[in-house]
Amino acid sequence: MRYLPLTKNDREEMLNTIGVNNIDELFSNIAEKVSINPKFDLPNHKTEMEVEKHLSLLSDKNLHADNSNFFIGGGSYKHHIPASVDHIIQRSEFLTSYTPYQPEISQGTLQYLYEFQTQVSLLTGMDISNASMYDGSTAAAEAVSMAKRITKRNEVILSNTIHPHYADVIKTVSGIKDSEFFYNRNFSIDIDYLFNEVDENTACVVVQNPDFFGSCYDLSSLAEFVQSKGALLIVVVTEVLSLGMMKSPGAMGADIVACEGQSLGNPMNFGGPYVGLLSTKNKYLRQIPGRIVGESEDVDGKKGFVLTLSAREQHIRREKATSNICTNSGLCSLAFTIHLTLLGEKGFKSLSRLNHESALNLKEKILKIPEVKLLNKSFFNEFTIELPIKGEVFVDRMAEKGVLAGIPVSRLINNNKELDNFVVVASTETNTEDDMNSYIEAANEVL
Amino acid sequence: MKNSNKGLNHDEPILFEIGGMDKSGVDLNEPTFKENFIGECFEDREIGLPGLSEPESIRHYVRLSRKNYSIDAGLYPLGSCTMKHNPRLNEKLARLKGFSEVHPLQPLSTCQGALELIDEISIWLKELTGMKAVTMTPKAGAQGELCGMLAIKKAIEARNECNRTKVLVPDSAHGTNPATAAFLGFDVVTIKSDKNGRLNFDDFKENVDKDFAAAMITNPNTCGLFEDDIIEIANYIHDAGGYLYCDGANFNALVGKVRPGDLGIDAMHINLHKTFSTPHGGGGPGSGPVVFSNILKDFCPAPLLKKDEENYYLVENHNDKDIDKSFGRLCVFHGQMGMFVRALSYMMSHGSDGLRQVSEDAVLNANYIKSSLEDILTPAYEGYCMHEVLFNDDFLSGTGVETIDFAKALIDKGYHPMTIYFPLVVHGALLVEPTETESKNSIDQFIETIRELASKTQDGEDFFKKAPIYTPIRRLDETKAARNPVLRWQKNDVIAAE
Repeated sequence: MRYLPLTKNDREEMLNTIGVNNIDELFSNIAEKVSINPKFDLPNHKTEMEVEKHLSLLSDKNLHADNSNFFIGGGSYKHHIPASVDHIIQRSEFLTSYTPYQPEISQGTLQYLYEFQTQVSLLTGMDISNASMYDGSTAAAEAVSMAKRITKRNEVILSNTIHPHYADVIKTVSGIKDSEFFYNRNFSIDIDYLFNEVDENTACVVVQNPDFFGSCYDLSSLAEFVQSKGALLIVVVTEVLSLGMMKSPGAMGADIVACEGQSLGNPMNFGGPYVGLLSTKNKYLRQIPGRIVGESEDVDGKKGFVLTLSAREQHIRREKATSNICTNSGLCSLAFTIHLTLLGEKGFKSLSRLNHESALNLKEKILKIPEVKLLNKSFFNEFTIELPIKGEVFVDRMAEKGVLAGIPVSRLINNNKELDNFVVVASTETNTEDDMNSYIEAANEVL
Repeated sequence: MKNSNKGLNHDEPILFEIGGMDKSGVDLNEPTFKENFIGECFEDREIGLPGLSEPESIRHYVRLSRKNYSIDAGLYPLGSCTMKHNPRLNEKLARLKGFSEVHPLQPLSTCQGALELIDEISIWLKELTGMKAVTMTPKAGAQGELCGMLAIKKAIEARNECNRTKVLVPDSAHGTNPATAAFLGFDVVTIKSDKNGRLNFDDFKENVDKDFAAAMITNPNTCGLFEDDIIEIANYIHDAGGYLYCDGANFNALVGKVRPGDLGIDAMHINLHKTFSTPHGGGGPGSGPVVFSNILKDFCPAPLLKKDEENYYLVENHNDKDIDKSFGRLCVFHGQMGMFVRALSYMMSHGSDGLRQVSEDAVLNANYIKSSLEDILTPAYEGYCMHEVLFNDDFLSGTGVETIDFAKALIDKGYHPMTIYFPLVVHGALLVEPTETESKNSIDQFIETIRELASKTQDGEDFFKKAPIYTPIRRLDETKAARNPVLRWQKNDVIAAE
């Protein structure tokens, strides 16, 4: 077995040292209670070549972004990742190290996390950020739990244009009772109705920006209103590249920002692993969940970094912790920070604009198809169209032509007939003029 | 900048001191659109993100990487963390485009291979644990705990017994256990360990009453010991109308050897990043699938993977009838696919026979270390251990050296320390988990080093208090970091936390 270094001789010598005749003696206390060494209905070990072949065959059964015309977003986006990102994250010292509990031999991880925390704070326009969450949806749920702790109120209001799966995660993970959860799966292009919902029982209002349907909002007046009622505004961002062309959530007055960071450095991976970003104001520092890296100095006065404020965390506080999170998304946050370092200010903003340009081009072309309507008054790199046929039928027919044409809204909101003909379409810097023309050609055929 | 490099050990300034606003390591075409469609929130703002060219970036991160210890470079005996070798085949396969470049919301007809892979790993996990159902979505071990306890909560609600709010957790448990239960609104009651390092069954029984909801038990526990009474405990729990949650962080001691399903467990999470070798990555990403017994399987979270005659499909909406008892959803999409690919590759490589060898070698290595050190260190408990061995700090008594000093001295000898001061039930704990992927040579050298250091404690504390001295940085002031938190770089290097 290629991964197990002990030889038969080694094992015998070691058993001798321990003073037992065979390995099962070490399991004898268990064997008294249950049968050990059960027979499994599973194959025996395979060679590297055999395993590779088996998994390659499974992989080959999937259509993917590089062998199709690809236009799907909705919280996971196809972007080009520079080759050096994947190279660096596979360095042994990053890939095969643990959470940096021993700072003297973990400065590599601690320093990049400190840099990551700074980059995330700059992007979101907030004071501080943690060292990552599992993904955008769990970051949003943790943000809601934070808001409940801070305000000591229980009611949570979700904008109805939030990603429906995010709404489900927030409700489940933050443990919100039906009577305290205000989320309407009906579609409204506008979020002004939120002003009427907030009252003295509201812990927080959660708004996604750009929203699930792609629309962008200036949330400044909403933030002011929500805060005037003693509640917090949580802004969710699923496409972090949008922050290159928009006012930052911080500048709009957000109290907590929860983002999905996948777009930088991380492939779509059929949904995970991703990297959640969580930022807030200084005054809520001690209510943040998860790992945080801070600066300090060593006994010689040399600057270095450590995990800090651990008095919030489960391994110290146990049942009084701010969250149960332990492992986060270390390596995904490394990919994120490397990609952002490679881009820099100039590259990040150009990439953001290229995404917007790509979506603008696709919109122009799509709207030339008869009976196709655009629902958005604004968008970044994805938008929602209304079709003369059911969205699901459209998307399936397009897939047969090798075009992954978007997300039928009915897949996520299946109890609202009004939305049956809606499809959310994304276009990024990876989509060429030819890809878009193929989209239009195929759409003309299937509609 | 003053040069304070020492040979191969380079100082590396932080990104914000070396990057430039006008620098980039990516060539992009110039956007040409005239009018944007962002609307009222459009802003061309100065963000402040420094960039580096590609050669500068690579050097920055390579220099940083060299300040990290890693399992590839040496034995990493961090107890309860299972730092085993991460096969590179798994990395290669996770990068196949048919896995990495697939979108989670593609039409199901276009991702049948991805769904089939999830089905295959589910079958492996159910078979290896002897449990009836599995949910793959939890993002890490702690989310797996949340998943299991949410299912238990939902099952209690379904029985209309919401008075059951008490969750019993042994004092040796990982902090995530009580944190999870409390997060869900359960009342956590801590159960003491007995003198043999096992859960005190009498104390346990005394705390089971009409409010009893569940117990969260780690098996093998964090003392590296099998809970010998587990079947009796499970029966007692079930007779009292409660549920048994098992923290499966230490499944590496049992895989292929013992089925948790035979022990009366109702739910257990499995850390794919421990037992099944997906890399720890400096603190994630992990993956924490949960296996369930028959009585809990209907409460699984969305999405649910199903198959009709020909095709796989997902039941993924809160109002779908197949999941009307489900407790909800734990994350957007379907869990950590990238980790599933790696873990399945690992399972197939080992096979049924190899996985049994995994737990046997892991247990053998730990007991070999225990036998080789018990005359000079002080094992916390008598008898054989499982995949990890726990020592207390009695062997340091009177030397002035504390557990932390011993650990730091080990760093100077080229090792990552064992887990220290955990579990909390042992004074000055040192928890050593070698895993099965260490050779006998490697373990012998580790034993030799520990023996040398242990003898040295008799010569006074100075050597230990000064350690480490060969690292890029020496002991850091953690109190200062917490008292005056500096959590990000700022232009004038000043940040005041309120």
